[in-house]
Amino acid sequence: MADSKNKDLKPKGKMEVSTPAEQTYQGPSFTPAVDIFETEQEIIILADMPGAKAKDLKIDLRDDTLSLIGKAESPEGTIEADVFREYQTGRYVRQFTLSYNIDQPKIDAEMKDGVLRLTLPKVEAAKPRKIAVKAG
Amino acid sequence: MILRRVQGLPTWDWRSPVEELEEMRRQMERLSQDVTGTIYAEPTAGVFPLVNVTEDKDNYYIRAELPGIKSDEIDISVTGNDLSISGERKIHAENENANYHRRERDEGQFNRIICLPAEIDPANVEAQTSDGILTVVLPKSESAKPRQIAVKTS
Repeated sequence: MADSKNKDLKPKGKMEVSTPAEQTYQGPSFTPAVDIFETEQEIIILADMPGAKAKDLKIDLRDDTLSLIGKAESPEGTIEADVFREYQTGRYVRQFTLSYNIDQPKIDAEMKDGVLRLTLPKVEAAKPRKIAVKAG
Repeated sequence: MILRRVQGLPTWDWRSPVEELEEMRRQMERLSQDVTGTIYAEPTAGVFPLVNVTEDKDNYYIRAELPGIKSDEIDISVTGNDLSISGERKIHAENENANYHRRERDEGQFNRIICLPAEIDPANVEAQTSDGILTVVLPKSESAKPRQIAVKTS
């Protein structure tokens, strides 16, 4: 993909998530835009979650499914009246199926300026080990 | 076909396959609006970034979602009653051994002017970013603030 420096950013409406399970949370849930890439040692996920605070972030990895849930509080004070509203704030939810085994204790998550950087180190696949048979 | 009859839609001639689906989609949209109370598609100016403008009696508040952009990379200026927000989002290049599975985040420049409906005081405008959200507070000029008028009894 040729990215020219002078390309203009286009506005993208936030995608509302449609989960098969019913939401217990009141309010809209959105799918954050993510970049996923892998190197030899790890898988890195970068997710745009503006307004989500690090302490409210839930990252869950079980049965090969990685779930990201971030909560963005509505920043408006209660006395403010809307003049013009183009986007909603709500939860960010996204789930991924991982095809690698991940070294769970070494997962690293960093949240900066509304971007989550999740580093998942891959575990070496179990190597076949030769077992020497001692003659007794 | 069964859905059509249940919903009471007139069963005219079959005009085009897309027409039927469109009508179903609109029905579903209306149903979901009744349940959640939210409007499905919001009108936007079609320019990045999307903003929410709110006001109270002293200030206007403009908020925009700008994830991954540091406060010194955003250019904000006020001219008359117009606020201009511009900048560039850069995506940090990862090392060459990275194989991308998915690439959804955009990078590029943006430039947007927002016209406010009342006069503002340009000398006291403040802006800050926090967790990827830019908040600009624009105080209304004295003539734009509501003035209480005392009602005298004669």
